[in-house]
Amino acid sequence: MKTRFFFDRQTVLVLSFLTAAAVLVPAMNGLAAPGSALHLPDHIVPLLGKYLCFALLALSVDLIWGFCGILSLGHGAFFALGGYAMGMYLMRQIGPRGVYSDPILPDFMVFLNWKDLPWFWQGFDWFPFAALMVLLVPGCLAFVFGWFAFRSRVTGVYFSIITQAMTFALMLAFFRNDMGLGGNNGLTDFKEILGFPVQAGSTRIALFVLSVAALAGGYLLCRWVVGTKFGKVLVAVRDAESRTRFLGYRVEHYKLAVFTLSAMLAGVAGALYVPQVGIINPSEFAPASSIEVVIWVAVGGRGTLVGAILGAMVVNAGKTWFTGALPEFWLFALGGLFVFVTLFMPNGILGAAGDLWERSSQKLRAARSPKPLTHAAE
Amino acid sequence: MTAPVTPALLYLDNVTVSFDGFRALNALSLAIDHAEMRAIIGPNGAGKTTMMDVITGKTRPNEGTALFEGSYDLTTLDEAAIAELGIGRKFQTPTVFEMHTVEDNLLLALQGARSPLAALLSRRLARERERIDALLERVRLTPNRHRRAGELSHGQKQWLEIGMLLAQEPKLLLIDEPAAGMTDQETADTADLLREIAKTKAVIVVEHDMTFVRDLGVKVTCLHEGSMLAEGSLDVVSANERVVEVYLGR
Repeated sequence: MKTRFFFDRQTVLVLSFLTAAAVLVPAMNGLAAPGSALHLPDHIVPLLGKYLCFALLALSVDLIWGFCGILSLGHGAFFALGGYAMGMYLMRQIGPRGVYSDPILPDFMVFLNWKDLPWFWQGFDWFPFAALMVLLVPGCLAFVFGWFAFRSRVTGVYFSIITQAMTFALMLAFFRNDMGLGGNNGLTDFKEILGFPVQAGSTRIALFVLSVAALAGGYLLCRWVVGTKFGKVLVAVRDAESRTRFLGYRVEHYKLAVFTLSAMLAGVAGALYVPQVGIINPSEFAPASSIEVVIWVAVGGRGTLVGAILGAMVVNAGKTWFTGALPEFWLFALGGLFVFVTLFMPNGILGAAGDLWERSSQKLRAARSPKPLTHAAE
Repeated sequence: MTAPVTPALLYLDNVTVSFDGFRALNALSLAIDHAEMRAIIGPNGAGKTTMMDVITGKTRPNEGTALFEGSYDLTTLDEAAIAELGIGRKFQTPTVFEMHTVEDNLLLALQGARSPLAALLSRRLARERERIDALLERVRLTPNRHRRAGELSHGQKQWLEIGMLLAQEPKLLLIDEPAAGMTDQETADTADLLREIAKTKAVIVVEHDMTFVRDLGVKVTCLHEGSMLAEGSLDVVSANERVVEVYLGR
């Protein structure tokens, strides 16, 4: 019962932190006078928004890895697919304002001498359709991929390797010009989203607040899922898969359901990321980016949800600072961090903090009562 | 569902399993009646665990028949389907969900809908709670209900796993070495518990501990090199010369 209370407190903490961010960031950007200590420069807003999208991506990885033991090293692919769906919508919004002023075709298609819009670009000028695709494209890929993988009982490191292969294959495909998605330049030069200019300060604030809302919503969804009996079965699969099968659970159905849900969350994160950074290109599919997501989760604390958010924020803030101050050392720092966390903080920042809290409160209890601690202390 | 071809609850006939030429089971035949308890003994590598794997759908036999209730062909069903038919299995090393509480372990095992959607929308019912209360009493874990299963002692884990088996409400229980690593008192208590369970359900117990098998006082089957060597009461089986030679020792 104590654990449940602890979780509730975590939820309250996450929601208050996000609410504070949703109020303070716009206020400090818009109300505080430029030059004052409280002022948040314009370029910081989309940067923070980017961190929020990464946090949502980390959350989606924690849902499957932390709670069901599925280590996906290809989740960047679902993030990128959500991003491309949003990017296609934003490309269609450019209309005749492109360099070649073609009312329908995006610039890169005119450049490639294409005459018609490919079939899979149809409908993306309509926002609700694009929004649906943000969920459906990653969701369907995850469903089909998971269907084959889980049905054949591919688990552990073998599963991780084929997810790497999946994202790598997608990267190669998206690099090709005849894929019809901008080749290695990707999709960029966006003008408007839902009629609002993408570059405008007010739009950036709105996108930031939307990202906060998406992260809060994603967190609550994951928290609800892991709290249900479904969530208990996921943990059971993680800890003793064959026991779960012999109890009569179809493990592959559970894995497929949670993997698909997780891919959709990653897709939403990608869709919010693209208008804030202004570009989506095949490098998002790079195997290394997907591995980086796993590092965020490990640093924050696997299987806690809060840890995923924390890890994504901390590591990315560190990355921003490092790539500015000591760019050549960033990858060493990231690798070192991963080794350090694996060796000395196997449960991440959150686990280490929890241990510290437990030890100090135990000392406190021991000081209060001279009797030795028994299991009743629980 | 066709008409039963055999009155036995579990019917294995001529079952052969080979791994790369090694015959883990060699034309094994075995029949278990409703509410019968059977003890399986035999040296290491005799095929006891492989037999359980065949019955629970983990391993597909190369040859032979495995029927449950005379009509369900176990060789074509997967683990989950076989569990839903009413065959429960306890592993040799106690396998419980260590990170879950004792109560949640039983909750997950309770008979009921097993689909992801049903699990997502399930609410805890008073009926389930009563069932869990009764099971906790039966396996003597009521004081530990909110503890994590990983914190239990070895013997308590064995009992929790038996409790999970009962929660499934199976018709047939397969129990692999329940007395392994238990104290004498725990072993005797386990024998009592199994005898009580066998009043209403069929039970197959694989065990090395001869005192425990004697305690159970049931029909014994001795396996050797994947086939049945001897069958009968423990006295008859342990008087068999071949059994003495390959298993009990002179």
